[in-house]
Amino acid sequence: MKLREIVNQLQLAVKTGADLLDRDVNGGYAGDLLSDVLAHARVGNLWITLHTHPNIVAVASSKDLAGIIVVNGRTPDEETLRKAAEEQIPILISSGSTYSVVCKLGELGIT
Amino acid sequence: MKDDKISEVIRVGKAQVLVYELRVEAAMSTNVCSVSPDDTMEDVRKILKEHAISGLPVVAGDELKGIVSIEDLIESILEGKTADRVSQRMTREPVTICSDDLLVRAINDFGRYRYGRFPVINRQTKKLVGIITKGDIIRCLFKRLESNHYEDELRRYRAGHLFEDIRSDHSSLVLKYNLEGASFEKAGEGSSQLKKNLLRLGIHPDVARRITIASYEAEMNMVIFCKGGTLIATIEPRCVTVNAVDQGPGIPDIARAMEPGYSTAPDWVRELGFGAGMGLPNIKNCSDEMHLDSTVGKGTNLQFKVYTKK
Repeated sequence: MKLREIVNQLQLAVKTGADLLDRDVNGGYAGDLLSDVLAHARVGNLWITLHTHPNIVAVASSKDLAGIIVVNGRTPDEETLRKAAEEQIPILISSGSTYSVVCKLGELGIT
Repeated sequence: MKDDKISEVIRVGKAQVLVYELRVEAAMSTNVCSVSPDDTMEDVRKILKEHAISGLPVVAGDELKGIVSIEDLIESILEGKTADRVSQRMTREPVTICSDDLLVRAINDFGRYRYGRFPVINRQTKKLVGIITKGDIIRCLFKRLESNHYEDELRRYRAGHLFEDIRSDHSSLVLKYNLEGASFEKAGEGSSQLKKNLLRLGIHPDVARRITIASYEAEMNMVIFCKGGTLIATIEPRCVTVNAVDQGPGIPDIARAMEPGYSTAPDWVRELGFGAGMGLPNIKNCSDEMHLDSTVGKGTNLQFKVYTKK
């Protein structure tokens, strides 16, 4: 599924990467321990986290993730957005919790 | 001359690829002039003249009601009925395009209907979001071809042939990243730059990713426990070796430090999502060889190797 469809269905706010929404999402990973995400997320996954600091961009870019959904309507740091634009990582904001985002992604068939 | 022709053919090929990649929203004008159904054809004349355009969508509220063109205006002038309402003269239920349609769809529709413009609507809300003309498409393609050309130049500059070009019994390239006094926010920049360089050197993305993840973990360790250190990547034709060297506190019990889940990270680090006791095990999993030397009070040298060619 394309990132664009997920953005539309989950009504996510696109903070960076508006031109990258044609990316394919092949699955998801939810987690707030960065090393765990580095170890277990798969290339092309969409990552759901509550962190907003610039290191989330480093993790997503190291692992070639499709994008990041930041939950609970949290606002990423300016530096995070700058890095994300530079590294071409889409950052999407959901007002919902990790649990509700994962449930909705599951309904869309993203596992 | 012959070469010119060939490059023209290649160019056309690229434009054809682009129209299958780009969407209408990338080319459309979002700054749309419109009229209301209750406006008169005289109002239409003024707007067309003022903006030097040849057609207008007719909108009530947010809803698209029709489209009125310069031909409709000419007819009303010939009939001497420029006081007519737009609603009497407009084309109802005009052909529309969705903002997420591929550009090729718009091009086909221009060929099929021979209209000068199509109103662009959002597929879900059906509301008017823009307007697209052939000129918009041409402008958008020119812009993209120009930037694609620039990317081609960059790709040509790739250093993938470096090791073939340099003759010696043994060549290696050493990249050093100083993380001395690196702040928490800055951590990750060394491994991110390293990754770009590895890709430029033609190293397979999967291999480059393993090296980047291991380097990132090493970098985080140095920032969390040692206020920085040095990341040294030695790139050889068949192998990349990374040394993460610091003058930090040292690791008292290496065997324990290697246990997944064991961590001595302070609370503030854990709150940011680090210190899960997964860093060293991750490095081990990503690399083909790993050596950890540490002396308490003196510092640590973590070395890992990844073979780039089997």
